Amino acid sequence: MQASKKIKMQLSCPMPKLDFEVITLGHGSGGLLTNRLLDSGVFDLLSNDLLDKRHDGAIFNLNGKTAFSTDSFVISPIFFPGGNIGELAINGTVNDLAMCGAIPQFLSLGFIIEEGLTMKEFWEILVSIKFACEQAGVQIVTGDTKVVERGKGDKIFINTTGVGQVHPQANIDISNVKIGDKIIVSDNLATHGIAIMSVREGLEFETTIESDTRHLNHIVKELLDEFGNNIHLLKDPTRGGVATVLTEIARDTKLGIDISQKNIPVDEQVYGACEILGLDPLYVANEGIFIAIVNGEVADAFLQKIKTFDHCQNAAIIGGVVEDHPRQVVLTSGIGGKRVVNMLVGEQLPRIC
Amino acid sequence: MKFLTEYRNPEVAQRYLEEIKKTVTRSWTIMEVCGGQTHSLVKNGILNMLPKEINMVHGPGCPVCVTPLNLIDKAVYLAEEKNVILCSYGDMLRVPGSEKSLLEAKANGADIRILYSPLEAVKIAEQIPEKQVVFFAVGFETTAPANALSVVHANRLGLKNYSILASHVLVPPAIEALMSDDECHIEGFLAAGHVCTIMGTQEYYPLVEKYKVPIVITGFEPVDILQGILMTVQQLENGEAKLENQYARMVRENGNPKAIETIYEVFDVTDRMWRGMDVIPKSGYQVKKQYETFDARKKFSVNIPEAPENKECIAGAIMKGIKKPFECPNFGTKCKPENPLGAPMVSSEGACAAYYHFSDMVNKIEEIEA
Repeated sequence: MQASKKIKMQLSCPMPKLDFEVITLGHGSGGLLTNRLLDSGVFDLLSNDLLDKRHDGAIFNLNGKTAFSTDSFVISPIFFPGGNIGELAINGTVNDLAMCGAIPQFLSLGFIIEEGLTMKEFWEILVSIKFACEQAGVQIVTGDTKVVERGKGDKIFINTTGVGQVHPQANIDISNVKIGDKIIVSDNLATHGIAIMSVREGLEFETTIESDTRHLNHIVKELLDEFGNNIHLLKDPTRGGVATVLTEIARDTKLGIDISQKNIPVDEQVYGACEILGLDPLYVANEGIFIAIVNGEVADAFLQKIKTFDHCQNAAIIGGVVEDHPRQVVLTSGIGGKRVVNMLVGEQLPRIC
Repeated sequence: MKFLTEYRNPEVAQRYLEEIKKTVTRSWTIMEVCGGQTHSLVKNGILNMLPKEINMVHGPGCPVCVTPLNLIDKAVYLAEEKNVILCSYGDMLRVPGSEKSLLEAKANGADIRILYSPLEAVKIAEQIPEKQVVFFAVGFETTAPANALSVVHANRLGLKNYSILASHVLVPPAIEALMSDDECHIEGFLAAGHVCTIMGTQEYYPLVEKYKVPIVITGFEPVDILQGILMTVQQLENGEAKLENQYARMVRENGNPKAIETIYEVFDVTDRMWRGMDVIPKSGYQVKKQYETFDARKKFSVNIPEAPENKECIAGAIMKGIKKPFECPNFGTKCKPENPLGAPMVSSEGACAAYYHFSDMVNKIEEIEA
């Protein structure tokens, strides 16, 4: 469904005819070439009233409680199965705002481009950005483009910063987490991280695993409409994975967390890839999922509701907040043994054997 | 998943546990040789499920941990050479050398690439003929065939820019060294299933004979390990010392003859220094003379002086099973995975790192420090 929409979008946004194929230092100079690059269709593609003013910044009203978040994207490779750096950059900040219980509205978009990036690649990234913005219902209202010498970057880095109004029923705060709360993941773990790993130079392996990058704000809004302040905490388990997020929560709340291996949803192919690579899905990066810590009394209803959304069919209650072992995450293994789950040290590196 | 989920079945695991509890009448010290088994023991929480009579000690079977400091220094030195691309398995990168790790060398600009197969390194050598490509060939008998094959392959292609920095270590001489050490009190072994998949079972009969010690070739999944422990305990309780094969779905008496043939085409046996232990006679592979143009030790004149190991590290006692990681005063305080004092803390398969990652020590220590 999503893939076919993507193709349609790309067909309806053909790349403009240009007198350059490759982005060079001059395109970041702020002068004629920069204008030519932006006029080539960037502004048209992302057009909205605020952006079209082309002012130094965007001017708008903010009402009430507001969430504000930023994220930078330096991923390699920039194109990967199931997406590219463009939509990742939009979804990333949109989801960070959603995790604050906010309705994302306005985003800034900053590019740092390494000279030599082809216009075709840049256009493809821009079209994905437009698509992701439309899906999430957000607008790019200000932006910046810089070009650095070859070797000083890695094709393209993107920064997005966003603001959004906090949902009136939301009260997301780590201090709300209490004993008896349940921990729910919205879908399968580790899919994005393994999709990226499968195309990394030197580690390529054949698979049909695609990144699950997507916006989560609409789902979160509906959940907030229904469950309001029974949702105590929302977290986006990107780098460091679910294990790192849970250990941070246990540390900061000084409460214990119990999780059960057999309830943790992982796609079979992803699970197989993790086995081969010697990686633990609990530590692999995610994009299109979130963790919700909810009042234990509404946990089952929350799970039923979340499963009605697309891409949340594998949602599961993976554990709960407990009085025992404060500041620790304890996992019950598949065979019933118990062990402590700790934070990831450095990057997760594939093992020898 | 076939051949995986079956060996993680909680009911079957429970049955083996019950059987172990019924069988055991006194305390026994059993060593799992392989780091993969140590990892599985702690990751699945098996150590806490076993009856207290079973004392599991964790052997030297982590290739990353036992690779000598001096060799890491050599790898770092080579990686920092301008025309060298150093290729390595991922978990070697974090291992500290005397001055820095490969990861730090990479951050300083060295061209270091993480690969899964040495054949990928041969491909890079083919693609970039102006650079010297060195593969850091560490591991037990398990990784030796692929590393040897890369040399055969590079030779066939006539490549002049490919070599391996080999530091292979072998399991049977390590068991021999442990058993002839007076401080060691190991009463039974779980031998490494993957090593035996390559090498077969023959090499272990003389050890069983000589030291009258049960050896059970064991796999890596929780059910494998519990069954391996049960088989060892049954022998011990019956006063037997036999070689048994729990991992029969993979391990044949003669191993993998093609793989063994490839190993001996390229390597011959040599004395080898084990980090944390010492030089063990005939415990490693080196590149044969006829392939010396593919031997990075011969190709590049790298004379790095031996740096002393950190004296505070009790790696030897850990790897011989004399002490447990938490019996070391530096465990989790001065010595952590992000800043290891010695070998067993560096790879997730090292005994100390495995305990650190999966034990409650960290939080306890943080509490004490706070």
